[in-house]
Amino acid sequence: MSTDAAPAAPAAGADEPPAVQLRGITKRFPGVVANHDIDLSVRRGTIHAIVGENGAGKSTLMKTLYGMHRPDSGEILIDGDRIVFHSPQQAISAGIGMVHQHFMLADNFTVLENIVLGAEKLHGIGAAAARRIRELSRQYGLGVDPEALVEDLGVGDRQRVEILKVLYRGARVLILDEPTAVLVPQEVDELFENLRQLTREGLTVIFISHKLHEVLAVADAITVIRRGTTVAAVDPGEVTPRQLAALMVGSELPSPEARESTVTDVPVLAVAGLSVRTAGGRSLVEDVSFTIHRGEVVGIAGVEGNGQAELIEAIMGMRPSTGRVTLDGVDVSERGTRKRREAGLGYIPADRHRQGLLLDAPLWENRMLGHQTEAPNARGWLLNNRGARRDTERIVAEYDVRTPGADVPAAALSGGNQQKLIVGREMSHTPKVLLAAHPTRGVDIGAQAAIWEHIKRARREGMGVLLISADLDELIGLSDTLKVIFRGRFVAEADPAAVTPEQLGLAMTGCG
Amino acid sequence: MSTVLASAPAAPVAPPPRDRRFSLPILLLVIAGGLVALAAVRAITGANDLTSHGAVRAALQSAVPIGLAGLGGLWAERAGVVNIGLEGQMIFGTWFGAWAGFHWGPWAGVLAAVAGGALGGLLHALATVTFGVDHIISGVAITILAGGATRYLSQLAFQGLPGGGVTQSPPVPELPRLSVPGASVLDRVERAHWFLASDLAGILRGALTDVSTLTIVAALLVPLTFWVLWRTAFGLRLRSVGENPHAAESLGVNVYRYKYYGVVISGALAGLGGAFLSMVASSIYRESQTGGRGYIGLAAMIFGNWRPGGLASGALLFGYTDALQLRGGSQSVHALLLFLAFVLAAVGLWQVLRGRRTVGAVAIGAAVLVGLWYATTDAIPAEFVQAAPHITTLVVLALASQRLRMPAADGQRYRRGG
Amino acid sequence: MSAPWVRLLPRLLAPVGALLIAAAISSIALLISNQDPATAFSSMIEYGTRPESLVSILNRSIDLYIGGVAVAIGFRMNLFNIGVDGQYRLASLAAASLGAAPFLQWLPGVLRILVIVLIAMVVGAFWAGVAALLKVTRGVSEVISTIMLNFIGGQLVAYLLTTNHLGVQAKGSNDVATPLLPKDSWISGIPLIPDARSEVNGFIVVAVGVGVAYWFVLGRTRFGFDLRASGQNATSAVASGVNARRMVLYAMLLSGAVAGLVGMSQLLGERHAHTTSVGGLGFTAIGIALLGRNSPVGIALAALLWAFLDRSALILDLNEIPKEIVTIMQGTTVLAVVVAYELAERISRRGQQRRAGATVSEPDPRQPSEVPA
Repeated sequence: MSTDAAPAAPAAGADEPPAVQLRGITKRFPGVVANHDIDLSVRRGTIHAIVGENGAGKSTLMKTLYGMHRPDSGEILIDGDRIVFHSPQQAISAGIGMVHQHFMLADNFTVLENIVLGAEKLHGIGAAAARRIRELSRQYGLGVDPEALVEDLGVGDRQRVEILKVLYRGARVLILDEPTAVLVPQEVDELFENLRQLTREGLTVIFISHKLHEVLAVADAITVIRRGTTVAAVDPGEVTPRQLAALMVGSELPSPEARESTVTDVPVLAVAGLSVRTAGGRSLVEDVSFTIHRGEVVGIAGVEGNGQAELIEAIMGMRPSTGRVTLDGVDVSERGTRKRREAGLGYIPADRHRQGLLLDAPLWENRMLGHQTEAPNARGWLLNNRGARRDTERIVAEYDVRTPGADVPAAALSGGNQQKLIVGREMSHTPKVLLAAHPTRGVDIGAQAAIWEHIKRARREGMGVLLISADLDELIGLSDTLKVIFRGRFVAEADPAAVTPEQLGLAMTGCG
Repeated sequence: MSTVLASAPAAPVAPPPRDRRFSLPILLLVIAGGLVALAAVRAITGANDLTSHGAVRAALQSAVPIGLAGLGGLWAERAGVVNIGLEGQMIFGTWFGAWAGFHWGPWAGVLAAVAGGALGGLLHALATVTFGVDHIISGVAITILAGGATRYLSQLAFQGLPGGGVTQSPPVPELPRLSVPGASVLDRVERAHWFLASDLAGILRGALTDVSTLTIVAALLVPLTFWVLWRTAFGLRLRSVGENPHAAESLGVNVYRYKYYGVVISGALAGLGGAFLSMVASSIYRESQTGGRGYIGLAAMIFGNWRPGGLASGALLFGYTDALQLRGGSQSVHALLLFLAFVLAAVGLWQVLRGRRTVGAVAIGAAVLVGLWYATTDAIPAEFVQAAPHITTLVVLALASQRLRMPAADGQRYRRGG
Repeated sequence: MSAPWVRLLPRLLAPVGALLIAAAISSIALLISNQDPATAFSSMIEYGTRPESLVSILNRSIDLYIGGVAVAIGFRMNLFNIGVDGQYRLASLAAASLGAAPFLQWLPGVLRILVIVLIAMVVGAFWAGVAALLKVTRGVSEVISTIMLNFIGGQLVAYLLTTNHLGVQAKGSNDVATPLLPKDSWISGIPLIPDARSEVNGFIVVAVGVGVAYWFVLGRTRFGFDLRASGQNATSAVASGVNARRMVLYAMLLSGAVAGLVGMSQLLGERHAHTTSVGGLGFTAIGIALLGRNSPVGIALAALLWAFLDRSALILDLNEIPKEIVTIMQGTTVLAVVVAYELAERISRRGQQRRAGATVSEPDPRQPSEVPA
């Protein structure tokens, strides 16, 4: 690749074909249409944002563009030429590179090995390749050492490795799928600077996001996707965040705000001096103490990986920890997860596939999960299959779980419906305290509003909630008290009525 | 069948230690130390067979099939497929080797064995990669199938031939054996029973004289495997498929194809190991000739931390105990107890010096116990020695499983675009 | 179509299809060796359904069934107990030796039978427990450890079953075995098959009991739910309150205890001693669990099929057909069945997804990323 040879883009005349053009792209999966009639035109040398809600079909579209699957109809034009991609390999050789939302890196490989994989023909896999990587790294100020082992790298570095991977292959069009999801605000700024540097060199960036402020800050052009199709192409200079949001959602944004306080002064969960360490002795959560009262939502803000997940798992008794956990006056520190659940802890896991469901089991067995010792699922040490089945039908109706019946496996449901089932299941046992980790992650807007409503209702009825979320608006809107976690410690406390997402973001990086 | 087929059982994984490999000087030091200890044990106990050329030759003979199976395991697992069907592929190797060897000469036998093993590998790849069957299940099924198929084939092919039958083949012509010219002068030194010098002479003589060509091939396959897997683009792709297939796919690597490569090569190597059994170690095919060597190979690979050098040492270690036993040397095997005590004591001291007192104390305690065992007995039951590789594997796994590092996506099912 | 139907149909078709494939492959093998498959199969069926054969088939399927259940208990939790062989050999040896030991002679026969069975279960569980402990405390994969324990157990049995230790040499024979059990702890046969001269081994009652218990414990108890949940999704099970380590231990111990019963029909109902010929059913048991898809009835059918093939092979030699064709049939059946189940699972899942997708009024484009494309 030679960056010098690339035409200095924005100035190139209007008759120049777009770097990327999609016409009428439609993609179906068994049972669903993920994309239909997508139209998109991206000018060379620009940062083009594609915005849409979670589940609007952005990622499906980008997989199409990257050749990971083929569209059922429609066409892709690169630099004006119609191209059919059968594999990512072809997309790569057409100059398209993808930086995935979840890093696609082999931890046990070096940076070099990760970068040259699949592109060995360019500069081999040895010294020449390492030289080329250093060169690119210097040119774009990425600061990546080819000999480092990826598992030793931090998040920002890993992302730069991903970008290098793409540049190394001579990509002229970079697709970044939700690149800021895992970054703290300062890292986001660095990333944006890197991206502007890339477009100055004549490259084109397609930037996928649902974060409006970021999109407006960095994009040269914006395309909005809603329910699988393109609904608008707008100029960031001529649109307000409010208008953009309305385009994305198709209606008013639902508000997570909790309104009047229902906080009482009856403590229901008290955590004192809780610490979690790895087997190797590294500290993950350090001396955390807090109290949740009846009717109170305590929100924990933090960049992912700062100990939130470990904290929740420790409170659930799934992870060895030191310190004391008192639930409604009873010390449960020595109890296992089951006893804690029976004592009134509810749990909405961050990753429902990993911790919340048995995907291949029918819904009614999933309804038992986590409460297999309690009515209506069990009588003594025997299961009550009939009772569970009947109660599942109730949950399906009350929580609007869209399913043909209680006998289908959980895997057949959409993410939002799976989540509604989990929420319904946990609420059905009227927990004293609900530990909710990213309760609306990856669910559609309707389900999101419903889940918020259920949490608010339970809170009114006196439930305490520990809420973790990456969505700062959700966190601020639902919480009565906000705590900021950084490197396993509570570093700040905020009043959700007064704090802004920006202030919170700053505190989350340890600068607050 | 989801209940059975979900990903392979996950072992608790501890963070890997920073220094994963021994540096070369330390490695040489350890080898030299081991040699001195062995020589000392021989001198103390008078069990001259410990380092005799015959024992070394027999050890190589035992180690080669284990090592080839281990290499087979390595190729498959580096591509992310657990190949517990190695045993079955080895069975194919023993049979096809003897069959083609009998009809068309030894080298045809080797080729047929490789092809037979590769066929078994192909079957495993088809089941696990294309159809997504759990790796363990497919491996077990292939081993069951191999046992049945070879018996049927023997019925067809060997029944009625001179010396042949349902359970064995007629005699198979031998592969050529080679010697380094002049290596026989080591004989005099070896017989002098000098401390260290005679031991070295015995070992060299065993390794340099009367060596089967297939042994040489096997020995060359170890560095070759390392070179291909770690120094070529092909190897990088194959390993990437075992570490993170989704990343590999995103970079245009055809994951299925590389898994097929890995598993078919794996089967071919196991087949070659089978050929060694039926054509070099003995000169006929016999039913159950593999005797679980496919599994010991797998164990050697784990012992070697999924690396060629490590698995070769594992195979040699297992082959050595096996050989001493086969040579009927209850005395030499007994002497090995003393050697084991030395090694345990050395490890214990090393651990204490590094500040890991408990581990060190346990090792030293074990050394004392083994030493006592040596002192209070005259022989070890043969059955115990035969179980030694298996016990060793369990002990290594129990003590070192935290330090072992298998490919990150090993044993997991992979679906394209999933 | 009703939901269970969509779910079940491919799964019912799978084993039938697999059997047909296996029969086809065996036919090809027969044709290659110039044999007529039709003759072979018909003579097998004719011989295999004779009363004498039925008794033999039932007797053989007892061990196969119990072994299959032992393996299936592990499978349901995603544990691979490949060590059934070692477990039941050790168990049989211990049970036979203690059962014949002089210091237990005062026990009445029935009670002694109970003690013998109990010993077998405890020893089987113990040997499986070694693998469980290694897994729970050291993270050692049970696949490797049970394989290793098979060999170690085999050597241990070989060591103990010598005249120096637990064995005695039968008169006029080279075989070493444990002393015969006292007559009052022999189990009598049951005349189940009307026209047969021999009787079905009485231990078949226990085999049936094992199957019923397996069905009840897994499907109807909290413990069974925990076990199945752990098998389907270990992390979800832990989040639901299952103590993962304890569950591994229990499942493995249970599997080993059932494995310990494998040799009992022979010991109590036929040979009345542990001989060197005990062993070798471990892998077959795995094949039978796979064939039976871990269901109590399925395993029974698989065990009967396997035993039928074993028995009816005997007639083939008389017809000058190599009886080893049966081993090919057994091998290909297992392989074809696991592939067929996998495909059936995939098809039924896709069908369900389509149906569930159809009821969701709006497309939810997130779903496809979780669907294998």
